Amino acid sequence: MRDRTYGWLIFVVVIAVAAILVDTANLDYQRPTGLTGEDRAQPVWAKLLFWQAPERRTVKIAQGLDLQGGLQVLLEADVPANTQVASEDMDAALQVIRNRIDALGVTEPLVQRSGDRRIVLELPGVSDPDLAISTVRQQAFLEFVDAGYTDIPEGTKIRTTISTASEVTPTESVTSTLPVTATSPLTATSPVTSGGTLSGTETLTESQTIYNTVITGKDLASVRVTRGQLNEPEVAFQLKPTATEIFGTFTAANNEGVLGGRRYYLCIVLDKIVVSCPSIKSAIPDGQGVITLGGNATTEQAATLALQLRSGSLPIALRVAESRAIGPTLGQDSVRRSITAGIIGVLVVLVFMLVYYRLPGVLADLALITFALVSLALYKLIPVTLTLPGIAGFLLSTGMAVDANVLIFERMKEELRAGRSLAAAVEAGFDRAWTAIRDSNLSTLITCVILFWFGSNFGASMVKGFAITLFLGVLISMFTAITVTHTLLRALMRGFGEKLRNQHWLMGV
Amino acid sequence: MFSIIQKRKLYYLLSLLVIVPGLIAMIYSTVTFGTPVRLSVDFTGGSLFGLQFAGPTTEDAIRGVLAQYGEGNATIQRLGRPEDNSWQVRTSFMEAEKVNQIKTALGAVAPLDTNRSTFDSVSPAVGGEVTRAALIAVAVAAVAILMFIWFAFRRVPHAVRYATCAIVAMLHDILVTMGLMSLAGLFLRWEVDALFLTAMLTVIGFSVQDTIVVYDRIRENIPKYRGEPFEAIVNHSLLETLQRSLTTQLNAIFVMICILLFGGATIKQFIAVILVGMISGTYSSLFNAVPLVVSWELGEFRTLFGLLGTRRAQV
Repeated sequence: MRDRTYGWLIFVVVIAVAAILVDTANLDYQRPTGLTGEDRAQPVWAKLLFWQAPERRTVKIAQGLDLQGGLQVLLEADVPANTQVASEDMDAALQVIRNRIDALGVTEPLVQRSGDRRIVLELPGVSDPDLAISTVRQQAFLEFVDAGYTDIPEGTKIRTTISTASEVTPTESVTSTLPVTATSPLTATSPVTSGGTLSGTETLTESQTIYNTVITGKDLASVRVTRGQLNEPEVAFQLKPTATEIFGTFTAANNEGVLGGRRYYLCIVLDKIVVSCPSIKSAIPDGQGVITLGGNATTEQAATLALQLRSGSLPIALRVAESRAIGPTLGQDSVRRSITAGIIGVLVVLVFMLVYYRLPGVLADLALITFALVSLALYKLIPVTLTLPGIAGFLLSTGMAVDANVLIFERMKEELRAGRSLAAAVEAGFDRAWTAIRDSNLSTLITCVILFWFGSNFGASMVKGFAITLFLGVLISMFTAITVTHTLLRALMRGFGEKLRNQHWLMGV
Repeated sequence: MFSIIQKRKLYYLLSLLVIVPGLIAMIYSTVTFGTPVRLSVDFTGGSLFGLQFAGPTTEDAIRGVLAQYGEGNATIQRLGRPEDNSWQVRTSFMEAEKVNQIKTALGAVAPLDTNRSTFDSVSPAVGGEVTRAALIAVAVAAVAILMFIWFAFRRVPHAVRYATCAIVAMLHDILVTMGLMSLAGLFLRWEVDALFLTAMLTVIGFSVQDTIVVYDRIRENIPKYRGEPFEAIVNHSLLETLQRSLTTQLNAIFVMICILLFGGATIKQFIAVILVGMISGTYSSLFNAVPLVVSWELGEFRTLFGLLGTRRAQV
């Protein structure tokens, strides 16, 4: 009994200390772009957070749009209501939009599918809805670009002979430019000063050269993932008849065979961003090509590339079904005021518990503080995006955490009044209160699951945020009631059991 | 010893007194506007602007701008005090391009602080889906909780009665909060949005929590007080848990009041609904759900609580 109590006490202290460490930490690790395979530079803490996406691992509070301001957009496939939208088409559209949003330079954007035919965008800090929406709504544009002898790194933003996706009908213009592009060396093209047309793209290395577009996404007939001779994943494509001719001429003139082993690159560019840069091995007269990705490429990478190729040629129209723009200052005001409100609210509860339950009240307060520390730590680790309703959900769950303690103490008081010894009253109080705590909290958890479903069904991140924090809060409050309150009460009995025997005032009876 | 359960008809009457005005408001609202509560753009679809100006402007000036874009019949209202220069505008659904044009045009009429303004647009199709999802959410929540209580109290005789009475208490809370929103919609132009639904489902969750705590005690006391009348056992259970219910409720009310007083303006309505709902929830748990189990046991439903016949409960 003694050993178990102290064991639990150590466990509680370890949890509390770990929570404080996480709460005070502010870590952010971003995997270098273009890195595939093993990430050696990844710090130890980031390795531990295996449930977070490998591209980005953080230990910090993520603020929702309502707190930091920004734009939320719900895009919908622009097809009649009863028409089925293919899942691959939506995935493809999602990929394209992601690239475009990245090009806008928005920090920490959220782009995800919502149901069969919708995509949710959350763009923190974007105050001009028009810019974001117009960028997103244009059709995706895929080009095969003549890169000459240069292997352009993945993710590079380049300029091509087709200036913008919207102002050209690709096939015609490509056909006309081809005779020139097929043979002209790249170094001969005139350098162009990169204009600041897109704000926030500084992070991208923008090339000074204008590259020639050979064919576009409109020229692709089909794309699929295949296996090479060594069973390595490859992407095979089939061109439409007119493009087959163009492509045949181009590859006949530029390939490793005719150039004496020198590598000649043909880059795949989606919305002006280089996706992949394979070299041309031999002439391709039949319009059928295979893009090899190198020896250690994974099937997933091949699938992604195939998707990007397909999406470039995909004419799926999207319309804005919902847009919400929140001014950044409004959000900050709300944060400041809500945090003040929350702190005052919790302080009032702490004082109330202390005055009303006295010594057990101190324990309840410690449990409540642990609850708050653990909650905050989990928000940072999972991570949970905090929204105003999310904060409200957290505050409500502190109410639940207090309720668990109240249930235990009231029961304890009853047992003391019934003439039980202090130690017996503690155990009985805990055991008997437990069924009530368990059953009542389970019903709240059920409600949370339903709320979460409701929230995710139509992209109402506010409702979802509330459901998540309340759900976590209920779970953590059950945990702190079992471990913290119970352990501290037992430890107190161990240490001062005899002295407290007749101190009924102190025990709040 | 206090007799709480014995005065149950009084509690039922009090609940009716609270619910009936709300019901009247909902009926009036349905007849006049077509919906029992004032629905926000979240459900109906449309555009909603929260405009914060840096200087004074007038409703006519705002309406003039909107009229240029064919939205002359928009609902325009002032928020807060006149010196706050805060306005809310609600129009039919507009595309993002049009919203942006109106934003620019409004800025030309009066100094518009876009950093403190909000611009929401929801297409009617999405709004319709949200409404449907909301109704499903409430229905699913009710059924899930019913099944859960039935399961948790399966060893107690007539477990389904407990579950049903908890659901009746839940309907009570829904009616009270909907009634409140209907009245507030008529007099203060409060609108029911997706957040309101969150508030209501939270209230339901808490209400069921209170109910279960008392039910849990009844479950424990039935074997303990074997031989005593059911009504007395329930009364014991209610009294024993009363202090817990009130203490917990008081704590929650403290937190709510703090958020109401000091919290951001955007969630005040949400918190107000939760506050009223939680008080209703505790009341309905202690004074509806629990006494109703007794009424059912004593067969009072058949006589409509003694109004139809003389069959009295044995006290």
